[in-house]
Amino acid sequence: MDIIEWFIAPLQYEFMLKAILVSALVGIVCSALSCYMTLKGWALMGDAVSHAVMPGVVIAYILNIPLAVGAFVFGVGSVIAIGFVKEKTRVKEDTVIGLVFTGFFALGLVLVSKVKSSIDLTHILFGNVLGISDGDIIQTVIIAVITLGTLAILRKDLILFCFDSTHARSIGLNITFLYYVLLSLLSLTAVAGLQTVGIILVVAMLVTPGATAYLLSDNFDHMMLIAMASGVFSSVMGTYISYHIDGSTGGCIVVLQTLLFVVAMIFAPKHGMIARSRNSHVDR
Amino acid sequence: MNEIGVEIENVTVTYNGKVALHSASLQLQAGSIHGLVGMNGAGKSTLFKAIMGFVKPATGRISIDGLSIHQAQKRNLVAYVPQSEEVDWDFPVNVHDVVMMGRYGYMNLLRIPRSIDKQSVRASLERVEMWEMRDRQIGELSGGQKKRAFFARALAQQGTVLLLDEPFAGVDIKTEKMMVDLLIELRQSGHTILISTHDLASITTFCDRVVLVNRSILAYGSTDEVFTEENLARAFGGSVGDFSAAKTQIDLDRQQ
Repeated sequence: MDIIEWFIAPLQYEFMLKAILVSALVGIVCSALSCYMTLKGWALMGDAVSHAVMPGVVIAYILNIPLAVGAFVFGVGSVIAIGFVKEKTRVKEDTVIGLVFTGFFALGLVLVSKVKSSIDLTHILFGNVLGISDGDIIQTVIIAVITLGTLAILRKDLILFCFDSTHARSIGLNITFLYYVLLSLLSLTAVAGLQTVGIILVVAMLVTPGATAYLLSDNFDHMMLIAMASGVFSSVMGTYISYHIDGSTGGCIVVLQTLLFVVAMIFAPKHGMIARSRNSHVDR
Repeated sequence: MNEIGVEIENVTVTYNGKVALHSASLQLQAGSIHGLVGMNGAGKSTLFKAIMGFVKPATGRISIDGLSIHQAQKRNLVAYVPQSEEVDWDFPVNVHDVVMMGRYGYMNLLRIPRSIDKQSVRASLERVEMWEMRDRQIGELSGGQKKRAFFARALAQQGTVLLLDEPFAGVDIKTEKMMVDLLIELRQSGHTILISTHDLASITTFCDRVVLVNRSILAYGSTDEVFTEENLARAFGGSVGDFSAAKTQIDLDRQQ
């Protein structure tokens, strides 16, 4: 009874119901994209883009346009800036990524501090899913539809792009297009993610479920399902736990995701630490 | 049978102002196997990239079966078998998935395989004796099986031009023999084949023509004419170790 009560009690509040549904949706969307991020090796890129959308979000607030639009412009813009600096200077790529995204992020901080009347900085940095507005929910749904739809339509091309872009090019696929598609989806999901866990932790949503699933499966479709399941589980349970312990929602979600990763890292049937050490004994 | 598969005219490729390949002119003939020989950094991969259209030449032009590279790509004409080091073997795809990727250029937007695509994949996998392995994740394969899987992808693509980068590195005897037989078969059916390799001994056994590169085309022509001590010394720039080893291998090979 206590367990049922634990799950039922928060649902009597409308804000909790909304928070749980939105978290679950964001969990699905971010997890789906996280498979591509993990396989393409774009974790650093995900971190960069999710921070770089900050000024776009603030400007969108000021102009009273959808946050996703501002985030999209600055997310894609930051990557163009990274590419430009890399090409025109001798500075190495990881350095360029580090300096561009922190530069954008800092600009966002300055903007927030100058228009603080309407925006709460902590909501952007750490998320505010318990106080999410109906407008934000609609925006999240739209982002989810666009992202999942695009991933479904371009699924095979994107897998090939991540796996073997040389072959993709040689058979005439437009890999520049695919690159910007992934990048655009990254910017959009960063907005969805920042509402639940905030800008600082959104990269976890975009990397951890994919990494966990990568350890558990050698089949892309299974990996996708496992990532989504772990993403939804962490988002929903994290929201519940944060309600009961009265702690940070984003923090709870990401801690749960990380714990799932640790469990997979140790116990995964084939690629886990136990299985690996057992195999290496057999080899000897 | 002397049609031109790939025509390279006066192609110069530069990276950030540095010349990687200078004024290369070359005709790869249909129905021939060409060995591409040169040291690391001599421009072998640059030549591959130029033929695949990944680098835009600063000067000159390349045509494939009389078409531009872009047109050739749209028609799936150029199939490429990558070096093993270029592949992410931990990627969650199986052998069948990989070979099916060779068919994407023929499919609709959603890349839903038609029966002709499935037949082609099956025939290609059977041709390299990998059909039974089709459900294996690619990292579970041996070195030779890995190569055969990617060779099957090139077969499934049904291009007329085949580029192979170090195809015999780290493969077993069975795989090497199977691939050589297949290449000879493809030559007979009029394919244009270009193989980059360090294995100089193998070149004399099945390559009709040889291309020697060292930042430009040093020599190209029939294997007998081009594969001389003098030319090899030029290609390897007096790198005695490489050269004498190669020479020994060739001598041994000729004695056999």
